[in-house]
Amino acid sequence: MPTITEILKTMSYGPAPESDALARDWLARGPFGHFINGRFTAAGGLFETRDPAKDVVLAEISQGSEADIAAAVEAAQAALPEWSAMPGHLRARHLYAIARQIQKRERLFAVLESLDNGKPLREARDADVPLAVRHFYHHAGWAELVAEEFPGQGPHGVCGQIIPWNFPLLMLAWKIAPALAAGNTVVLKPAEYTPLTALLFAEICMEAGLPEGVVNIVTGDGATGAALVEHPDVAKIAFTGSTEVGREIRHATAGSGKALTLELGGKSPFLVFADADLDAAVEGVVDAIWFNQGEVCCAGARILVAEAVAECFSAKLRARMETLRVGDPLDKSTDIGAIVHPRQLARIRDLVAQGVAAGGELHTGNAPEGCYFPPAFMLGVSPANPCFSEEIFGPIAVMCSFRTPEEAIELANNTRYGLAASVWSENLTLALDMAARIKAGVVWINATNLFDANAPFGGMRESGFGREGAREGMAAYLRPLDAPSGSAPEPIAPLPQPVAITGIDRTHKLYIGGAQKRADNGQSYSVTQEGRLLGHAPLGSRKDIRNAVEAAHKASGWSRMSGHQRAQVLYFLGENLSARAPSLKAFAGGDEIDAGIARCFYYAAWADKFDARVHDTQGQHVTLAMKEPFGVMGLICAEASPLLGALSLVLPAIAMGNRVVAIAPQSAPLAALELAQVLACSDVPGGVVNLVSGPKSDLAQTLATHEDVAALWSAAPELAAMTERESAANLKPVWQVPDPAAQGRAFLEAAVQIKTIWVPYGA
Amino acid sequence: MAHIRNPGAPLAFENSVAVNRPAAERRAASLVARRSLKGAHQAAWLVNAIACMDLTTLAGDDTPERVRRLCAKARRPLSDEIVAGLGLSEMPKTGAVCVYPTLVATAVKALEGSGIPVASVATGFPAGLMPLDLRLAEIRYAVDQGAQEIDIVITRAHVLGGQWSALFDEVAAMREACGAAHLKAILATGDLSTLTNVHAASKVAMQAGADFIKTSTGKEAVNATLPVGLTMCRAIRDYRAATGHVVGFKPAGGMKTAKDALNWQVLMREELGRDWLHPELFRLGASSMLADIERQLSHHVTGRYAAHHRHALA
Repeated sequence: MPTITEILKTMSYGPAPESDALARDWLARGPFGHFINGRFTAAGGLFETRDPAKDVVLAEISQGSEADIAAAVEAAQAALPEWSAMPGHLRARHLYAIARQIQKRERLFAVLESLDNGKPLREARDADVPLAVRHFYHHAGWAELVAEEFPGQGPHGVCGQIIPWNFPLLMLAWKIAPALAAGNTVVLKPAEYTPLTALLFAEICMEAGLPEGVVNIVTGDGATGAALVEHPDVAKIAFTGSTEVGREIRHATAGSGKALTLELGGKSPFLVFADADLDAAVEGVVDAIWFNQGEVCCAGARILVAEAVAECFSAKLRARMETLRVGDPLDKSTDIGAIVHPRQLARIRDLVAQGVAAGGELHTGNAPEGCYFPPAFMLGVSPANPCFSEEIFGPIAVMCSFRTPEEAIELANNTRYGLAASVWSENLTLALDMAARIKAGVVWINATNLFDANAPFGGMRESGFGREGAREGMAAYLRPLDAPSGSAPEPIAPLPQPVAITGIDRTHKLYIGGAQKRADNGQSYSVTQEGRLLGHAPLGSRKDIRNAVEAAHKASGWSRMSGHQRAQVLYFLGENLSARAPSLKAFAGGDEIDAGIARCFYYAAWADKFDARVHDTQGQHVTLAMKEPFGVMGLICAEASPLLGALSLVLPAIAMGNRVVAIAPQSAPLAALELAQVLACSDVPGGVVNLVSGPKSDLAQTLATHEDVAALWSAAPELAAMTERESAANLKPVWQVPDPAAQGRAFLEAAVQIKTIWVPYGA
Repeated sequence: MAHIRNPGAPLAFENSVAVNRPAAERRAASLVARRSLKGAHQAAWLVNAIACMDLTTLAGDDTPERVRRLCAKARRPLSDEIVAGLGLSEMPKTGAVCVYPTLVATAVKALEGSGIPVASVATGFPAGLMPLDLRLAEIRYAVDQGAQEIDIVITRAHVLGGQWSALFDEVAAMREACGAAHLKAILATGDLSTLTNVHAASKVAMQAGADFIKTSTGKEAVNATLPVGLTMCRAIRDYRAATGHVVGFKPAGGMKTAKDALNWQVLMREELGRDWLHPELFRLGASSMLADIERQLSHHVTGRYAAHHRHALA
């Protein structure tokens, strides 16, 4: 130990280690079994969980088998009736007790998290644990209010939850708190690398008197997770982790009827404009990519900086990087701790080497020997460099410059992901414009990595779907108690008697980009009813779907129009439907037409009223939850109600600003195709609604696999497994429309995705 | 290290910086949570704080006797037992003693032979709303009385009205009036309201030749805060990058605890580097803070929590 006189010369910080004695005592309880039905099972099939910083074994953990999963699901199912029927107030008491118990043992949680994951104790102490506690408090509130605020909705049942290793306790809280608040019971599988805080949490559940079986925790690797995903009695799967595994889960659950939410990878842009507070933006980078060793799904990993300040900014960033301290996670002065596992370290090194080989200029800070990677950033990285597109999950950002806001947006959105973004500019007009145009579920303005239990978090594109946190997150753990949502379905009249073809032959075409088009293959098929020919419909094929999607993309102006402007178009559409009723009657019943007209008015009414929310998160922060259209959606219309079925999907989707490609009912496409006439004369811009008829399954598959279709609605239950499986291509959400002839709020909810925009303020 | 004076630079305002307050507040909050000082290191940093302290009395009831008592404390800020217990080879001393102009002569005499410089506030402290010629005359008076450092106040109206060349000219004239004495420019940041104003005023004061920039008189409603300090440190860094000149920093007012002394030093170390932990480039303008530091050091030496009455008053 240096003397005070010596320290006065260097003015060094010296060691400031947090004691791990408490954690060591707790670890001595190992080896650990699973937590099933309110008690720990005997440990078996053991594997080690290690401290990556010191490379020592922390504890032995049980590898969960199919039988363990089955036992856990059974326990959860047994606990479900009582738990879900319990008054919300009583569930609130349980959640409150959990929050309190975690707080009472916050130091142990923080140290254990730091040991198991390698993250700095300071971050576990100041971020992970308090955010987890906040999550339980917030959801104690939702348990209290759920019956009042979500009438007609109830829990899914047993939820299978699989969480990653980067924020083990926090991700557990994000999963378990809303599930329990809504009345679900859970089986949770923590990550193989970091199971410890979940096991400590199991103890908390016992101490807090949570009924047996409400929370079950089964440890293990990917095989354990797969068994959970495949278990037939699990009603909902919630997963946070890599896009690769998310895709496997999408495949595995396709057609099973299981509800699914995925929070996956990211490669989030970090935009620095010339008028930004550059020093603040430099600290933003520290909080973005050098937080939690860069093992953060929403990390600002692509720094896009205005050419005018690029040199100055990188100089400041280099200087700041030098002051970061990398080392012992338990030292309170450590900024960056250990990488979670040597395998992850090897992956980081490999990707960085690829980036350098592709021309990246690497700048690194310092790091000790061992399972550490220094803070780094890479200059001269073009979008073609693998480090621009691949999620590294390490403390490395890439940097490139832009010239104009347009180019910044282009670069920002040049990614498969859409999880988060950070925008730095002191010009609010510019910053909000960027926030509106970036494809991401969360946008932080002049900040980064802000989280709150009352701010929805989740991705767009291949970063997944579903939200966690706030009202929007609660919705992901609820389902309508009666299958049809919204108002009662309209009566559907049977098809009218076929009209004998007299006079001029009636030609139906596809409707693409506002024009009537022949099918690409030049073929038609006969439409019959009870053996009698009704007419001919174009035999659309994958190329027609391709053309329709392209046309829909070109009609992007529709998504930028105000709700009022869209409402006017929908009212006019209703008016023209009425005017054309006589000719439509050849293909659809009068009741159906009347219902369709009413539906135009209904969604016109909603178009400017399905408002965004402002969430109460932290003081001096405006936290907006915008409801944004997906962009281009695919719609598979119901066979049963040829006209109303099509309108029931098209109207809510376009009312919310989407452009759609709708597959007409295969057996009765003429009514939908006839709509083209009405659309064309109702000021619906070309490309907003595109109608394709033909072999439904083939067309649906093309839509489901199409990488430039952002969401899919299907009123074809027989295609559920196929559409869900194929949607894994770009991980588009698929909504199996419960009642295609209904109308209501559920359609609107399914037509938008939430973008949370954080705007801190202060003069 | 001896402080090389800041020769100033032409007034340049083309790259004005808009400072984002929420971001500055986040950084200030995390900065002090990110560094921890324990045991001997904490003690050393507290000893260093004494060496960087402008032990100050600026009250309407100041008397020569009060100033002599303060000077005695500046010479012997710690008891012999604590000094021995810390293993220091000699008694530390404060960076300076700071008084009103009419008490400079008293302080100079009381500190004779100690090597401790006397700093004087001047220019119509604290509001500065006096004719410029009188303010310049006050500087010359204080220098004539033996002050080696002059803590001037700026005309806040120049900042609030965006009259940057007026501010530049004023500080440059004061700098000239200081002669060999070092000039510390008090920005009275509590009056300037926004961090953007703080940054701009810092920049202009440095361009006009301020050797130090200082947060507050201690008389504003809000005195030294970490977000303000952070903003001024960044301005110092930018000025150095642009001109190569080095400027010191002095937070003042409202700092009362040993923890404050550690936090401000962490700010300096992290944002400006090791050199800004020397009294040549860093001063803490404080009075009651010393008593708390002494108590903490006493605890470090004895292991017992200390009582104020067992330590010599400043």
